Amino acid sequence: MKPRFALRSSMPWWRGPALIAAAAFVSFLLSAIVVRWAGGAPISAFHYMFISPLQTRFGITESILSATPLIFTGAAVAIAFRAGYWNIGAEGQLLAGTIGATWVGIHAEPLPSIVGVPLILLAGMLFGALWALVPALLRTRLGIDEVVTTLLLNPVALLIISGLLNGPWRNSETGFPDSDVIAKSTQLPIIWPGTRVHLGLALGVIIIVLCWWYVGKMAGGLKLRAVGMAPGAARIAGLPVERTLLVAALVSGGIAGLGGSSEVAGVAHQLTTGISSGFGYTGVIVATLAALSFIGSLCVALLFGLITVGSFSASRALEIPSTIGEFVQSVLLLTVIAALVIQKYRVVWTRGKK
Amino acid sequence: MNSQEGAGVVIHGTAPSIFLRNISKAFGETIALSDVSLDLRVGEVHALLGENGAGKTTLMKILYGLTQPDTGLIEAGGVALTINSPRDARAAGIGMVTQHFSLVKNMTVVENIALASANTFSLDLASVRKEINAASAKFGLEVSPDAVISSLPVALQQRVEILKALMSGCRYLILDEPTAVLGPQDIDSLLEVIKKLRSESGIGIVLISHKMAEIEQVADRVSVLRRGKVVSNSKVSGMSSQELIGLMMGNDEVAVAQRRPTQQLFGDPILALKGISVTTESGELNEVSFDVRSGEIVGVAGVSGNGQAELVRVLSGTLALDKGSVVIEGNTLGQTTPQSLMRAGVGMLGEDRHASAVHALQVMENLVLDCIDNFATKFQLKQKEILEHCESAITQFEIKTTPKQPLGTLSGGNMQKVLLARLFSRKPKVAIISQPTRGLDVMATRYVRSLIMQASTEGTAVLLVSEDLDEVLELADRVAVMYRGAIIGIVDGSTATRETLGQLMAGIKQ
Amino acid sequence: MIDITQEIIGSSLRIATPLALAALGELVTEKSGVLNLGVEGIMYGSAFVGIATAAHTGSLTTGLIAALVTGAAAGLIFAFLTVTLGVNQHVAGLGLTLFMISFSNSANRIMFTSDGGQVRVDPWRPIDFGGPIFSQYWITYATFLFIVPLTWWLMRRSGLGLKIRAVGENPEAADVAGIDVTKTRYTAILIGSIYMAAGGAFITLAFVGSFTINIINGRGWVALALVIFGRWKIGRLLAGAALFSLINAGQLQLRLLPSFSNVPFEILLALPYLAVIIGLAVSGRNIPYPGAYLKPYKRH
Repeated sequence: MKPRFALRSSMPWWRGPALIAAAAFVSFLLSAIVVRWAGGAPISAFHYMFISPLQTRFGITESILSATPLIFTGAAVAIAFRAGYWNIGAEGQLLAGTIGATWVGIHAEPLPSIVGVPLILLAGMLFGALWALVPALLRTRLGIDEVVTTLLLNPVALLIISGLLNGPWRNSETGFPDSDVIAKSTQLPIIWPGTRVHLGLALGVIIIVLCWWYVGKMAGGLKLRAVGMAPGAARIAGLPVERTLLVAALVSGGIAGLGGSSEVAGVAHQLTTGISSGFGYTGVIVATLAALSFIGSLCVALLFGLITVGSFSASRALEIPSTIGEFVQSVLLLTVIAALVIQKYRVVWTRGKK
Repeated sequence: MNSQEGAGVVIHGTAPSIFLRNISKAFGETIALSDVSLDLRVGEVHALLGENGAGKTTLMKILYGLTQPDTGLIEAGGVALTINSPRDARAAGIGMVTQHFSLVKNMTVVENIALASANTFSLDLASVRKEINAASAKFGLEVSPDAVISSLPVALQQRVEILKALMSGCRYLILDEPTAVLGPQDIDSLLEVIKKLRSESGIGIVLISHKMAEIEQVADRVSVLRRGKVVSNSKVSGMSSQELIGLMMGNDEVAVAQRRPTQQLFGDPILALKGISVTTESGELNEVSFDVRSGEIVGVAGVSGNGQAELVRVLSGTLALDKGSVVIEGNTLGQTTPQSLMRAGVGMLGEDRHASAVHALQVMENLVLDCIDNFATKFQLKQKEILEHCESAITQFEIKTTPKQPLGTLSGGNMQKVLLARLFSRKPKVAIISQPTRGLDVMATRYVRSLIMQASTEGTAVLLVSEDLDEVLELADRVAVMYRGAIIGIVDGSTATRETLGQLMAGIKQ
Repeated sequence: MIDITQEIIGSSLRIATPLALAALGELVTEKSGVLNLGVEGIMYGSAFVGIATAAHTGSLTTGLIAALVTGAAAGLIFAFLTVTLGVNQHVAGLGLTLFMISFSNSANRIMFTSDGGQVRVDPWRPIDFGGPIFSQYWITYATFLFIVPLTWWLMRRSGLGLKIRAVGENPEAADVAGIDVTKTRYTAILIGSIYMAAGGAFITLAFVGSFTINIINGRGWVALALVIFGRWKIGRLLAGAALFSLINAGQLQLRLLPSFSNVPFEILLALPYLAVIIGLAVSGRNIPYPGAYLKPYKRH
């Protein structure tokens, strides 16, 4: 007997949610094993992870702060994937954005905030879009697959940052490889007094709403979806397939770059090689788990922010590794993508040859 | 090919006949084959004749294990054969050369032939090379074993496919439209090979074709398929070309008895083709010139593969012209592009509706896909107008759907109606319509034809490319018949008959 | 000067070893039509499991075997997702990488670093046949003298290699020829993952002798770049690996000289990535991607 997967012709409504729930259950089970191994009690670990941050104002706002870059990268990945442009380079585009932002930030001393803040945001966006430009042109002009090109530019962006920080941008006071603090006038204002939540969050939410509106409600969005789902049919209907892909790629890079600005100008106020803890890669997980919906990406990003903060508090309280948060996220991704496909199939046992 | 069998040794003598019994097969709602039976004998060339979509290829794919039948069985020598894969078919002595070759393009001839017998470790290319040389000599099929497939011309690639099948020891060889991709000289040498294989090696050959000349030249027996059924099975001698074309194109229940009254007053020529010539791998157009007037339906008839597909590609802007020009309302378009044609007012319904449909988008979204900007303000789509537009199209075109259903969930007929609604609601000056009713049931066919008629009554110039002779006879005001890439004749629709068209399609000029 | 040259060549062979192993593994995988972005994670996970096992059992060989088994297990997960289920290869690969990294980091903390320590083993020592060039780890010798020719034989001269190439170019044709496309792709992915695992294990069990966060440091992505740079050919892939390793070893040597201390060597490190992208741009539409690259296969 040999298993084969056959497409289901019909599906009860509960099957999808049930499989997602099963995927989540498996993820928690695997994480529980790791927690147990670390000598912690799984239930209380999960309590620290998912409940206790929500019980304090500090926990809530720190979770939102951690979620902010993921909102940008999630939206960036989602809009590109919706157009059928497989941008794996949000990490590099975000890093390019941090370079642009820092460049403005350390040179903008005399400017007033009303100029400085828009300038630093714009710089990040431009650098992000620019970083996305080459793979996008290679794809639309020469048909070169973008998965590898966008991916390979990620380490390049990080190397450039490290080059800048070891060279011209080396901290002028400490001599350490991190940049000077950016001008006050370019730092993003705090929008929730008494916390670290900054303007970047509001921007991220605005980006999500704009993307949702554009893709779902506007003419360009319908074109983008058609190109992503069936490029051949879109071309027959007279839609400009290449231009749509190019625009989607640049917008995606711009959003990721804006996320870079938000990190530099909103939180770190300087450039370090650790400015991104894989936000671009996590963005792929966020968008995928949200089934490429924008509102969904916002929710998943907030959940991931919670997990990040929660795993740190669990780590402190129970002495389990804080990387358990990333572990939960990656296992969720693997089980959910499997569940999303499995729900469409049923397993048929066929008699195989010896 | 097992090494024990040696250099493609063909077993001479009397291999049992193969009987296909009561084979039926449906793809979703489309019935591809219903209750088809066929006998194949060694040492005989059996031609399978039929329009595209008549079921020839499906029937042979079943015999070769590429598809499984819903009902029916295959037997040889009184034993039922289980053919679940090409491997089973080859074990039963059946080989096939599919229309799209099953060759790995950037591998060499030896590697391709070795594939079928490759074990995990041993790969003795030297001995396979020797076997190829032996088989080449034996069957008169010369190839150079170390050539990379993609560097070979199509005729030689085909020869590799035939050799591959023969070397697997097959006693039956299925050739699916083998001459469709070949030039005249190559066709002649292929037909020689077929004759030789039959008489010298005693191989039973199934030749899928719709070219009368070659069937008369090499086939012993011919079966005609029409809409999934065998409508005739006889010796080739004693059947004329016209008879066969008549059987293939058939007279059936779909035809509406009376044609529409010929409109006496057509407007000015809207679409004019002037001396169009193109050459592609699959075919050519040779100095094609004609025009279509406002309110007129010009049918393009012809046996498949005589340039119709190239003509449609020229008019959809996806094939560059070598010579000639397309003129629309007096404006000469140089090299056509999909956008330039669309701007000039040309609408298109391609022969493969699935290639034009975005399955995952809603019906209403698909309906406005080619004119999205007309249904949107700067900031948003006019959802209400799109919905109203869709609802009126649903009523007007009698589409069985709701506006928000994904297009991919509709039946073939309803999907076709959506695409026709999209085409006609733009009020195109010219409509290029290709094989509009292929695979549709009787009711849908009748309805689609009435839509085309109505559009022309409203002034659209319609170019209808169809392999269904009844459709052309029913709808066209004039019929242009294509033969070997050229227009061999244009006849008036009201006086055209099956016989006059059949003669032209067979290449006989009056 | 000769000393420095020999030194550079010798150390570039060490640097090239894990890159060559991982890139060969990626090549075998991609030749079957599957892109495995899990390469970085598989190297990372096996580097960790290898040293953890070695530290636990006291046997480097057991550590290596455990690393290879880890690679095979990761490959199996990846094959199930991409071949059986047909999910997006890049999403699955990236997910696998993140999974392997976060698992290894968590386990590392649980097992070794919770009390501020670090896992260390007494690593394999270079075997000296005379001079800096011929003083290499046994895995380096094995890679270039045995694994490379073996892989060449596998891909060009064995039946399995023929099948792998066929399912990567034209799975329909391979299916018609009676080849089990699923099984062949599983095999290619497994072989590839085991190679990648060997590359990862080399770093902890021979090269470094300890495990630290971010130990693979993008070597998996370099391997990915080398496969494309090499246009899926073993010889060109090795040439690319040699070039990158020479640059890398050279800059490490130069960095020791005071007059070069301010030169941004990061530009040199970015070269393999940029070379691939420039190379792709120059070859334009003539890139010899495997015909079924990134395409799952389902029989109709």
